[in-house]
Amino acid sequence: MTSNASHAAMISFKQVNKWYGDYHALSDIDAQVARGEVVVVCGPSGSGKSTLIRTVNRLESIQSGTIEFDGKDVNAPSIDVNRFRSQVGFVFQSFNLFPHLSVAENISLAPTTVLRKSRREARERAVALLERVGLAARADAYPGQLSGGQQQRVAIARALAMDPPAMLFDEPTSALDPEMVGEVLQVMKQLARDGMTMMCVTHEMGFAREVADRVWFMDHGAIVETGSPDAFFSAPQSARAQKFLSDLRSH
Amino acid sequence: MKLDLDFSVLTRGDYPQWIGHGVVTTLELTALAWLLAAVLGTVLALMRMTDSRLCKAAVAAYVEYHQNVPMLVQIFLWYFGIPSLLPESVQAWANAVGGEFMFAVIAVGLCMAAYLSEDLRGGLRAIPRSQYEASRALGLSYLKAARLVILPQAARIALPTMVNHTVLIFKNTSLAMAIGVAELTYVTREIESQSFRTIEVYLLSTMVYLAISLLIMAGGAALEHRYRIRTR
Amino acid sequence: MSDIFSILADHGLLLLIGQYPNGPVGGLVLTFVLSVLGIALAFPLAVAIALARMSPFAWLRWPATTLVYLVRGVPLLMFIFWVYFFLPVLTGQAVSGFTTMLITLVIYQAAYLAEVVRAGIEGLSSGQTEAARAVGLSYGQTMRKVILPQALYNMVPAMLSQFVSTIKETSLGYVIGVNELTFAASQVSSTLLTKPFQVYAILAATYFVLCFALTQLARELERRIARRRAGVTPSRRPVRSATPVLTDTPSRP
Repeated sequence: MTSNASHAAMISFKQVNKWYGDYHALSDIDAQVARGEVVVVCGPSGSGKSTLIRTVNRLESIQSGTIEFDGKDVNAPSIDVNRFRSQVGFVFQSFNLFPHLSVAENISLAPTTVLRKSRREARERAVALLERVGLAARADAYPGQLSGGQQQRVAIARALAMDPPAMLFDEPTSALDPEMVGEVLQVMKQLARDGMTMMCVTHEMGFAREVADRVWFMDHGAIVETGSPDAFFSAPQSARAQKFLSDLRSH
Repeated sequence: MKLDLDFSVLTRGDYPQWIGHGVVTTLELTALAWLLAAVLGTVLALMRMTDSRLCKAAVAAYVEYHQNVPMLVQIFLWYFGIPSLLPESVQAWANAVGGEFMFAVIAVGLCMAAYLSEDLRGGLRAIPRSQYEASRALGLSYLKAARLVILPQAARIALPTMVNHTVLIFKNTSLAMAIGVAELTYVTREIESQSFRTIEVYLLSTMVYLAISLLIMAGGAALEHRYRIRTR
Repeated sequence: MSDIFSILADHGLLLLIGQYPNGPVGGLVLTFVLSVLGIALAFPLAVAIALARMSPFAWLRWPATTLVYLVRGVPLLMFIFWVYFFLPVLTGQAVSGFTTMLITLVIYQAAYLAEVVRAGIEGLSSGQTEAARAVGLSYGQTMRKVILPQALYNMVPAMLSQFVSTIKETSLGYVIGVNELTFAASQVSSTLLTKPFQVYAILAATYFVLCFALTQLARELERRIARRRAGVTPSRRPVRSATPVLTDTPSRP
């Protein structure tokens, strides 16, 4: 939801296919996320949405097709996978903070080891990011001392520490108690308003309606339907999308 | 039952020296065996982490052998059995430099390497996969992820069992007396057979063993506390 | 290799049953008898020690805790010598090496087993105790009818492991002249003089086969119990991960 969307795609999938043995996990994915765009990927469980998002930073491999990130082929042999990953912000469903490091150390880890920034510089940046997510006071706390919502916000700050051009979210609020979902969505909405390119796998329809530019609906490994959030939620075209939305609303 | 305790006997003549020598030998045995076990144990644990089936099978066989054969028998095999396979010159050299101590260190060290490697392996397996994924997702290489994220956590998890096994190494040094190493238990028996002050000398040795074991356990607890993963 | 066979042929019987029938039973059979008796007698003592450790009464708790710490901190060999010298003093009569070993093993194993029992009892969810007390069972009845049966079932693999430890510990009988397997082997070796490696290799192999078989049995039982438990209790996933953590190509299980 920004006015700065340029024409070149930030993330693009071209004829992407993935199999787990005989199971066709992703089939013929063709889609693009433009710069500054916020895309929400939804669908029933097992539809491949998490798998799709994990192929972007190579946490999952693909058997055919091309994925491009910021103009570069993600699976090109010449790419330094570590350098590359450090430029893609990824937020996990289960936060995955490092319990033996403090919050500030969690955020500073990648900048100091991959970018070789100085400890002081990295810590200043960490504190600035923590302010952005509303946790500046907990810089020296340990993950085990924080609530789920706080941990996820730290995880977002950790991903932002590398100044990535785009952020990927894999069901960021699914593991949270309901009362903490809001604080995390708040951070994500602000990121979207600040112009970040985002690809989010989520069930949070309110979030999608507020900040998403487009919704991709997936089922059985394929993107079945895409559209603007308003169009998708009020009048889904495909039968499967209709069933999915009615199931979602009925609980 | 008349208890005629006379601890002063232990302060006469050479006895204090003997006891001191016994304690020192025990500590030396423990330290050297521990070093051997720690280094070899780490190597074995890392070997088991590789993709090579040969490596994994070799380590598994090593661990099974050392955990299913009694420590005393392993010591005998090394001290009585192995030298007979070595050439004469090596045997002579071993005898000259006090082979008992050396073989005791080797036997205890190699055996406890199996236990320590299992401890490390348990620690590594307890780290959820997601920790590794998260560190790779940030851009850390395999080695950096291992060094900064995985191993620190694995070591914390393995620490309590490793402390227990360190105490076990310390206690196992007493078995070296069976091949003539003049460690504390051996010295205790010598003094007892000469002075007939059975209770006194055994009490003293028992107290020494207990004190050092408790020290090791306390040290371990302090380490655990210092490096614990903090939660609410 | 042929050495090994000839040794087994000539002295195998000695290793197996010692001097019998020209003397008391020895060798592997004695090792086995010592181990089985040791763990069997240690078990009830272990339950008592475990309950004492967990008791709210200090006069029960302190002696039990002291014993456990003594056993953890003092080498088994020292224990053997204590019993060896002081049992005759206490009873006023000579005590055989066998009895010495047996008593030492019982006490030593009871202390370790007590920790196993304690872990087994504390590993059960407190909900079990609460439910039993809620229907009116006393502490003793709760322990006997609800807690211990479940805890003991879960502990069988750990107890088998302790049995294996006991078998290995019988080898220390060598030091006080008990004619168990290790002592028998050392006698064979001193008779033959020139084949120590072969004799001690046979010795190691014998222990290995026996202990390894029992360890594998314990592991199999552990697997079965874990499967059983998974169906009954609200799931707490086992820590074991199927894929090694440090392989280079992460993939979804």
